[in-house]
Amino acid sequence: MSDFLRSYLTVGIFGLLAVVLVSALLGISSLLRPTRPQAQKYINYESGVDPVGSGWGQSNIRYYIFALLFVMFDVEAVFIFPWATRLEAYGTFGLVEMAIFIFILLLGLVYAWRKGVLRWL
Amino acid sequence: MTLAHFLAVNPPYWVETLTKIGIGLVAVLLPTGALVYLFLFKMMSFMQSRLGPMEAGPYGQLQLLAEFGKFLQKEDIFPSKADRFVFAAAPFVVLVSTFMLVLVLPAGPDTHFIDLNTGIYFAMAVSSISVIGILMAGWGSASKYSLLGGIRAAGQLIAYELPLVLSVVGVVIMAGTLNMKGIVAAQADFGVWFIIPQFLGFLIFLVAIQAELTQPPFDMPVAESELVTGYLTEYSGIRFLLFFIGEFATAAVFSAIGATLFLGGWTIPFVDANAEIMDYIGPLVLAGKMILIAFLIFWFRITYPRFREDQLQRLAWKFLIPLSLFNIVVTAIFKVVF
Repeated sequence: MSDFLRSYLTVGIFGLLAVVLVSALLGISSLLRPTRPQAQKYINYESGVDPVGSGWGQSNIRYYIFALLFVMFDVEAVFIFPWATRLEAYGTFGLVEMAIFIFILLLGLVYAWRKGVLRWL
Repeated sequence: MTLAHFLAVNPPYWVETLTKIGIGLVAVLLPTGALVYLFLFKMMSFMQSRLGPMEAGPYGQLQLLAEFGKFLQKEDIFPSKADRFVFAAAPFVVLVSTFMLVLVLPAGPDTHFIDLNTGIYFAMAVSSISVIGILMAGWGSASKYSLLGGIRAAGQLIAYELPLVLSVVGVVIMAGTLNMKGIVAAQADFGVWFIIPQFLGFLIFLVAIQAELTQPPFDMPVAESELVTGYLTEYSGIRFLLFFIGEFATAAVFSAIGATLFLGGWTIPFVDANAEIMDYIGPLVLAGKMILIAFLIFWFRITYPRFREDQLQRLAWKFLIPLSLFNIVVTAIFKVVF
């Protein structure tokens, strides 16, 4: 296996390590902790009174709009990285290209701004 | 390769990986404990004119162990309405993200877990996995406070992901590489640490990690006075502790990433960055710089009151993102012209 793939195997192993650590702590805890079930303990906390309705309510649409904006900008941020690593080789050409790209990106932000999307109501 | 270097042998992959697992556990848990004791217990107390933990051990040094023991013995409570699988899986996702994040840190010319060509990019990618864990915690609890907290957290983490990523681009332009060791080497070549030419980027990075770590003043997802403890409301005992470890371990790793990007990583001025000795003192130097950046994070945490949700989003979208794009353009112009 090449060093490159081995690096990513190590990443996988560390992911597994986290899972093992969490399971181990939960396991140790299950040996030490008491279990005294009472129905009242398992009611959702709602400031001490009985919960009203379902816990899964609706939430502000703003969060969804910001998430959409994020997807747009994050994808564009991904495009900036390869350019940033090779800027020295591209020189002025790369600079002008990216200036245009960032200008269009900013235009998108300004458009969203003018549309009032960035305003929290 | 870490082990080969220290023992002058070339061990098989599995031996090396086992060593890395041991070191990795220490590298995640030790700085976490150090930050919690040093800053959260002691510095916070002193800044608020009190002593903090004093009983457990000399100067309260064993308080962490006492807390750990306490959390281990707490009864495990699943809310009856909770989505059991999602509720139980959430802490796993958060910790997996943290353990993958620590891998990219280099601590010496030959001391590293893995040497990825896309080091910093990989770090940015895995750090955002924790958003899913937090959203899972918020959703799985089936509680109104948790859901609000989880959604707030998601909105905040993705909003500040952008300034974070874009502030790193400035460093990448200066260094011309995504490799963490390459970035450290570039700072040694450049003469001064990137905090001087990238000071604006450093400030954006600091604000962004403060928000990514949901530390006050950006702690709306766990705002005690509004949401009890947000997405953590229904978690108790060891499951709560796991989120807590995840939060502060990520704080430690992000501080170390900041130290690597802006403060020269394992290098010290006037000492050859590739000298043999750096493999031994490099980890200590990196730890020292990590503590320095973590100090700033906790200092802000203790000093400032909480933002409102609209102020938070306004700061990210209308101020930090245009500012970091400006930083990228200016850095690029300097890089090409000079």
